Amino acid sequence: MELYRSHVLICRGTGCTSSKSDDMEVKLNELIKEKELDKEVKVVRTGCFGLCEAGPIIVVYPEGAFYSHVKLEDIDEIVEEHLLKGRIVDRLLYKGEEEEKIKSVNEVTFYKKQKRVALKNCGVIDPEDINEYIAYDGYMALGKVLTEMEPKDVINVIKDSGLRGRGGGGFPSGLKWDFTSKAEGDQKYVLCNADEGDPGAFMDRSILEGDPHAVVEAMAIAGYAVGANQGYVYIRAEYPIAVERLQLAIDHAREKGLLGENIFGTDFNFDMEIRLGAGAFVCGEETALIASIEGERGMPRNKPPFPANSGLWQKPTLINNVETYANVNQIILNGADWFKDIGTEKSPGTKVFALGGKINNTGLVEIPMGTPLKEVIYEIGGGIPNGKKFKAVQTGGPSGGCIPADLIDTPITYDSLTEIGSMMGSGGMIVMDEETCMVDIARFFLDFTVEESCGKCPPCRIGTKRMLEILERITSGNGEAEDIDKLERLAENIKSSALCGLGQTAPNPVLSTLKYFRDEYEAHVNEKTCPAGTCKDLVSYSIDPEACKGCTLCAKACPVDAISGERKEAHVIDQDKCIKCGACEEKCPFGAIINK
Amino acid sequence: MEFKFDWEKNASKIEKLKEIIEEKKQKKGPLMPVLNQAQKLFGYLPIEVQRIISEGLNIPLAEIYGVATFYSQFSLIPKGKYTIGVCLGTACYVKGAQDIIDRIKDELDLEVGGTTKDRKFSLEATRCIGACGLAPVMTVNEDVYGKLNADEVPGIIKKY
Repeated sequence: MELYRSHVLICRGTGCTSSKSDDMEVKLNELIKEKELDKEVKVVRTGCFGLCEAGPIIVVYPEGAFYSHVKLEDIDEIVEEHLLKGRIVDRLLYKGEEEEKIKSVNEVTFYKKQKRVALKNCGVIDPEDINEYIAYDGYMALGKVLTEMEPKDVINVIKDSGLRGRGGGGFPSGLKWDFTSKAEGDQKYVLCNADEGDPGAFMDRSILEGDPHAVVEAMAIAGYAVGANQGYVYIRAEYPIAVERLQLAIDHAREKGLLGENIFGTDFNFDMEIRLGAGAFVCGEETALIASIEGERGMPRNKPPFPANSGLWQKPTLINNVETYANVNQIILNGADWFKDIGTEKSPGTKVFALGGKINNTGLVEIPMGTPLKEVIYEIGGGIPNGKKFKAVQTGGPSGGCIPADLIDTPITYDSLTEIGSMMGSGGMIVMDEETCMVDIARFFLDFTVEESCGKCPPCRIGTKRMLEILERITSGNGEAEDIDKLERLAENIKSSALCGLGQTAPNPVLSTLKYFRDEYEAHVNEKTCPAGTCKDLVSYSIDPEACKGCTLCAKACPVDAISGERKEAHVIDQDKCIKCGACEEKCPFGAIINK
Repeated sequence: MEFKFDWEKNASKIEKLKEIIEEKKQKKGPLMPVLNQAQKLFGYLPIEVQRIISEGLNIPLAEIYGVATFYSQFSLIPKGKYTIGVCLGTACYVKGAQDIIDRIKDELDLEVGGTTKDRKFSLEATRCIGACGLAPVMTVNEDVYGKLNADEVPGIIKKY
């Protein structure tokens, strides 16, 4: 094996690739070759580093120099200064909150509170090189399982570990494995749900992009445990990089005999293939996903029977999501007790979250269960940008709810989040500040559900549509006194009567905002105002004549010439012309624009 | 708008589609993979293409139409040369993605889901594309533009 004096890790996750890290990789390799450093320096393409806010990210080892916001034109300097002359390029180093220059990746606060189990290899290894995965104990768990353990022992380890489904529901994974193994059938299947559809969530995609072999290995282990020889990964077509890398991983595993017949010289056979989704959120529901693989409209069906007894082509089927599988290998290698030591008693292990919205460090984080929301938002996430006030955090996507500021000390576990009217969900975590209108957010999620409802059951098809109509009425200033009660009643009814998880949880964003932010609904309905200043129909802009210095900046910014006034005298806004774009408010240096 | 399916111009694509059908037929559940490939091949799924798939896979046309209209990535009408996607994931939404969409609608006189008369641009509100660190985000075919504000929209459109 060749030895290199320096490794340059470049993030090729979707976020950084969107910011041209693909071109940067090409240029790095060209320049390294040109300077004849290619025997000494190796460029490693990795999955997501997590700190997407600072992207594109390049880390140079052995120093661990953490370069952030790198641009294509910076590559010359990194090669010339750092790789050739050994001088770290200070200018490009990641700056912490106190603006101090962080030299090494280990010093970044963002990573200090995290614990990486599912993301162990993400941003560390080249996901397209099976040898790198193997060097990091890859396929050791599969080897151990096939040569040292009986299928029932494997199931017992997963059961003992207390691992719960990371797709959102939190069902004990070991039980699912046990049911599928005990179900009768000549043919069984193992499925991986990679149809990650929550808006604002990209945990599973990052795992597949950064460490695809982990999923391949875990599915083979699951196949052995439940007695299946065929696996399918159902993945969104919107994730081209993840699809490509997973396919490479499957091909490479096959070449090495880690998939196929007689794996590890045993009589165990297992193979798998990828099935693409086509843009239907409801296919993340397991029975709909199965229908889609079978080539039908992705509509859920009644449970029971559960997939464990009658799933894909009516055969016993084990279905877990990507992150759940990503935990399996580590549990097998390190034991159930090791896993139980992380997190809380009822929610052991870690959870990956996609942190986004009004927060400084957007990105991917993995934390031990039980960590308070506050720590994630303020310590890892670095708080709210532009000195704005924290208002709520949304978890669980369209099935979850908004958690207000006074509950921010709540520890993150399946049960505590459900208790306060939200849910763990698959891991989207969107932070909102004082400028986010909670009624509008509820409307946004309902709009999503209405669009994505499969139309099979009336409560979801008709009920969510009626809820959306009411919300649209309220946000446009036409809310009626009884609308809030109507919303509540509809929500409760849909919750108890819809067919599948999507429908039953669709009212959650409304119920949770009604519970914690009822005053905002009332302001919209009764006073026809939007306290956050988001709902355009309810906002009017005016200029405080006391504060206005007549600098004319607002008049210049106004796209419709609605602002008039003499220089150095107070200006006025013509309400008939104003389109409520807010451009004046942004430009005013004196805070003289009133928005309410 | 009416589009007529041109059998002559599409002859080689139809040959390719038939090969795909033969290949996928060997496996269980071939319909979704075939439709995915056909959508990629033709850019849309006209009734003529659905009919070929129906005959090739021996699945009723009605069923194929049902599946083709269920999934948002399958389209029955051709798209513009450039598809503009504006991410309406939650992270982008709270950072003002709606303003971006409104601006594009104004600039191109286009509704979401529609195509301009010259068939140059189509506009789509997409689900989360996972570039939340860059929110709000829009894409034009493969190109990604992040950390946008609405005023940057006309400049971006002009590039195409």
